[in-house]
Amino acid sequence: MNAKPKINEYFTLFLTFLKIGAFTFGGGYAMIPLIQRETVENHKWISEEDMVNMIAIAESTPGVLAVNSATFVGYRVAGFWGSLWATVGVTLPSFLIICILSLFYRSFLSNQYVAWAFSGIRCAVVVLMFNAVRKLSKSCRLDLFHIVLGAAAFLLAALTGFDTVFIILGAGLIGIGYALWNKNRASGKAGE
Amino acid sequence: MTTLLSLLELFAIFFQIGLFTIGGGYAMIPMITDQVVGKGWLTLPQLIDFIAVSESTPGPFAVNIATFVGMETQGIPGAFFATLGVCLPSFLIILLISKFFYDRFVGNFYVQGALSGIRPAVVGLVASAALTVLLSAVFGGAKLSQGLGTVLAGFSLPNFGIMAVIFFISRLKKKMHPIVLIVIAAVLGIALNALLA
Repeated sequence: MNAKPKINEYFTLFLTFLKIGAFTFGGGYAMIPLIQRETVENHKWISEEDMVNMIAIAESTPGVLAVNSATFVGYRVAGFWGSLWATVGVTLPSFLIICILSLFYRSFLSNQYVAWAFSGIRCAVVVLMFNAVRKLSKSCRLDLFHIVLGAAAFLLAALTGFDTVFIILGAGLIGIGYALWNKNRASGKAGE
Repeated sequence: MTTLLSLLELFAIFFQIGLFTIGGGYAMIPMITDQVVGKGWLTLPQLIDFIAVSESTPGPFAVNIATFVGMETQGIPGAFFATLGVCLPSFLIILLISKFFYDRFVGNFYVQGALSGIRPAVVGLVASAALTVLLSAVFGGAKLSQGLGTVLAGFSLPNFGIMAVIFFISRLKKKMHPIVLIVIAAVLGIALNALLA
């Protein structure tokens, strides 16, 4: 292998993820169809099975889904530098657009009509957020234990100033404890 | 020196947000509210406005909000450090997994156990953030801790109406893009305020 195709590979990765970053609104899961079309169907960088694994890994690791996928695909195609170029590609459009936007943002918001528009828009954000709650809850097992855990997190966050980091860490530990307890109980039954 | 410290602080806070958010997107909002509103970098209404702006501009929400907060507090260097901070945990973690234990990670007992606890907690946290947004948008920014009387006194019927309309549209047309809902809400906001003014 000589150096030239490598550089072309980085450039293609960068451009492909630049396109994904520039043309998906809302981020996160809204990106998955486009990532799939580009990386599985067009470039054949990863297989359909890799794609499913990637979503599972992205879901089970912290962070930005778009960055998770870009790093994953980039690494598969061209190692560390591939993952770096893909990640820069997927974040650059947002970065540039928001930098430019925030220059005009204040004068934009001081306009009377814009202020009125945003008083309406905030009401739409409420709906979007409750829709997000409903969608996220589909990823959970809805048995008594998990419902109580979710409700406890809600009450701690809504009624006390408890730090969200500790709520998440605590929930992770409780989840591990519950899994261990279930495992012990199952093996205890098997031993009888 | 103070600039450098503020840049490092931006980096550290967004690194923490990137490191502790599982589920991405809206799952980030509780921690962003905690940190960004807590630090006084944005007010709650500013943050809510920006959620709508972010829905209407391309790219991942996390990058959008990091760039925006960085830009508002420290200009372009701030935007750079905040964005770097929010992306770095994802990047490093996926790199590590890809390199060392790709096959073992997803099926791991402890990973699955931790996730089965974290997922419902995230739902609870996002629900709590949604409640905060509801109080800000429809109840004039009252807090639950101020008592039910104060909360109800801030109630705005026009805003409640807009919320109800958007809710019904989003239920009737489930495939409708959030941007369309935001535009409808904006038009309703202008129309109702102009009528009442």
